[in-house]
Amino acid sequence: MADSHIAPLEPITAADGTPLKKKLAQALFRSKVRAVSLVVPLFAFVMVSFVIPIFALMWQGVYNERFSKYTPNLTEQLTSWDGLTEPDEALFAALVADLVVAKKERTIGRIATRVNQEYPGTRSLFTSTARKAKKLTPPFKESVIKVNKKWAKIEVWRAMKLTSQNLTPAFYATALDGRYTVDQGFVQQNENRQIYVTLFWRTFMISASVMGLCLLLGYPVAYLLATLPLRTSNLLMIMVLLPFWTSLLVRTTAWIAILQSQGVINDLLVTFGITADDSRFSLIYNMTGTIIAMTHILLPFMILPLYSVMKTIPPSYMRAARSLGATPTRAFIKVYMPQTIPGVGAGGLLVFILAIGYYITPALVGGQDGQLISNMIAYHMQKSLNWSLAAALGGILLSGVLLLYWAYDRVVGIDNMKLG
Amino acid sequence: MSGLTKKLIAIAGASVFVSSASMAADLTVVSWGGAYTKSQVEAYHKPWMAKSGKAIVSEDYGGGIAEIKAQVESGNVSWDIVDVELSDAIRACDEGLLETIDHSKLPASPDGTPAVEDFLPGTLHDCAVANIVWSSVYVYDKSQTRNWNAPKSMADFFNTQAYPGKRGMRKSPKVTMEFALIADGVPVSEVYNVLSTEEGIARAFAKLDTIKDDVIWWEAGAQPPQLLADGEVIFTTAWNGRIFNAVASEGQKFEMVWDGQIYDLDLWVIPKGSKNKEAALDFLAFSTATEQLAAQASWIPYGPARASAVARIGTYHSDDTIQMASHMPTAPGNFKNALQNDYEFWADNADQLNERFNAWLAK
Repeated sequence: MADSHIAPLEPITAADGTPLKKKLAQALFRSKVRAVSLVVPLFAFVMVSFVIPIFALMWQGVYNERFSKYTPNLTEQLTSWDGLTEPDEALFAALVADLVVAKKERTIGRIATRVNQEYPGTRSLFTSTARKAKKLTPPFKESVIKVNKKWAKIEVWRAMKLTSQNLTPAFYATALDGRYTVDQGFVQQNENRQIYVTLFWRTFMISASVMGLCLLLGYPVAYLLATLPLRTSNLLMIMVLLPFWTSLLVRTTAWIAILQSQGVINDLLVTFGITADDSRFSLIYNMTGTIIAMTHILLPFMILPLYSVMKTIPPSYMRAARSLGATPTRAFIKVYMPQTIPGVGAGGLLVFILAIGYYITPALVGGQDGQLISNMIAYHMQKSLNWSLAAALGGILLSGVLLLYWAYDRVVGIDNMKLG
Repeated sequence: MSGLTKKLIAIAGASVFVSSASMAADLTVVSWGGAYTKSQVEAYHKPWMAKSGKAIVSEDYGGGIAEIKAQVESGNVSWDIVDVELSDAIRACDEGLLETIDHSKLPASPDGTPAVEDFLPGTLHDCAVANIVWSSVYVYDKSQTRNWNAPKSMADFFNTQAYPGKRGMRKSPKVTMEFALIADGVPVSEVYNVLSTEEGIARAFAKLDTIKDDVIWWEAGAQPPQLLADGEVIFTTAWNGRIFNAVASEGQKFEMVWDGQIYDLDLWVIPKGSKNKEAALDFLAFSTATEQLAAQASWIPYGPARASAVARIGTYHSDDTIQMASHMPTAPGNFKNALQNDYEFWADNADQLNERFNAWLAK
């Protein structure tokens, strides 16, 4: 008994004499280092290839230094100009000085492109004036306006003042069908150029309908996969997976052959006399075509998570419900369906997020009302090279998805999701 | 463990092999793929490889200058010479993405005319040398019996009373808006003046409104011949080379309507910082020589950019009965009412009109 009172005074030591507490901390530290060093490569990979590029691109949506980088003199003058009074000689002199350098360094195209994004139709104004800039003489205000009278327009100078600010909300304004101006702040875009908000809505609506259809069609298939005997269900599984492994383009093109007005479905309908030859259905090159093709392509992403959840539901639950007096329908709705919610959530979220980013299928079968927001993002990335606007559009899309994710977490709970 | 090591060594070995294989290329030539790249391989690549003993890797792309820009700005230029459209060539040149080209180094024509005089007007630029002229036209299928007179003009394309049925058009304001104005009676010389005004743009959209419900929009160059062959449309706009290819090698009975055609150039450019600049310049000079341009014209009906090559256009490579000259956009019979794409107009207005076009489509 006395020993047990003495023990705390003398620290317990390990075999080599170091206190046990210290030894334990050392051992724990070593295993922590080992664990971290195992994770580090993956973490670094995710950072470098995923997180950093996303943030770098998002940053482009609000930060663009194309103009100020190549026009140091002009930017300095524009910063002190209020944007309301007539531009003075100092501004014109700075313009000429920068144009001369830009022409020599072949950066004039970058400056012109940037201003043209804010004020369409000014690209050639810059390139043509730059060609003559070297020969211009003071007073520059007069000689520049003589080269092209557009330079007298205050709107051109306001556009330049706007583009000289590196940190700008202008791209987000454009992405939401607005315009950011020096003199009036945010204003509505001209009605005939409003397109992005419509496309965002359409993208969300189409994605939601595709998700709904996938659930409607995929649920019974997943149920059969999970409940049929192994031989039959294996065959069924192959039929689900085979198209899943086929190229997206091949499947889309196959739908064109099936749905077009001279295609399989219309031909059959005409043969059986259901429709007349000259009133064939338009099943493709419109919203219908987009929804049909996308639903088919995304169906496996709904079926597989549903199947993996249904597979784990013991059949005894249903039998128990039946033995307690529930009808088959009631037992299915009250007992079976609630247990499949994690699969429904996972499949739904997966299909929705994939659908939101689709652009090859809508481009091929969508016709005039099948264009989605990703088609515009691709256009600005590849054709107009307005990466800042593409980043702003992408940023809005990303926040939309995150918002939905948050809402989903609130309503269903993200822990209830099961991907397989 | 040794099994894993072996695997790693094998992978490392394979990657060394792959990288040495890609290093074997002395020149990377990038173009648009399909029948067009094939014509270049036959007329340019093969003879150049035989002459210089160097190897060419041919890559396909879909146009635009995004890739060139990305390569030049990242300092990792893997493309040595690229076939681009005129508006892209001018834009990339203005942005400092291309090497400048000395026109005096281009080969003279066989009769001794210097290249600068032999090339057609507007085909030589600071950073780019044209090889061909191609065109956007509209087409119909002769094999379908219909009770209407054969269409002759751009106005017929928009005439849904006389020619009821679906029409294929490219989902882009470029060319589409010009076609609308030509059909509305604007003379080709006035098209871009009219289109530069607000009223002109409204007029083009008003004309497009008259056929909007009858249009199937295409995006890839391979789509229009398919739409026509499937009987999905009665007319479609298309690139003339693709249609010729369907006629000559697939036996389709397509007929082009050349009235109101809009032609454009394809040019060679060399991205700034190309690792094989000397070879690229040599290939550029070789491929734009009279003989090579004329040889290409026997594979695809795109008009050579040199007067001396135009004079030497022969027959289709596999069929002596097809005279290529009559299928060229620049053939006198086809060229009567033609418009050259105005690269400056589109450089200024592409973004704005694309937004308006998409807003119009969505309405």
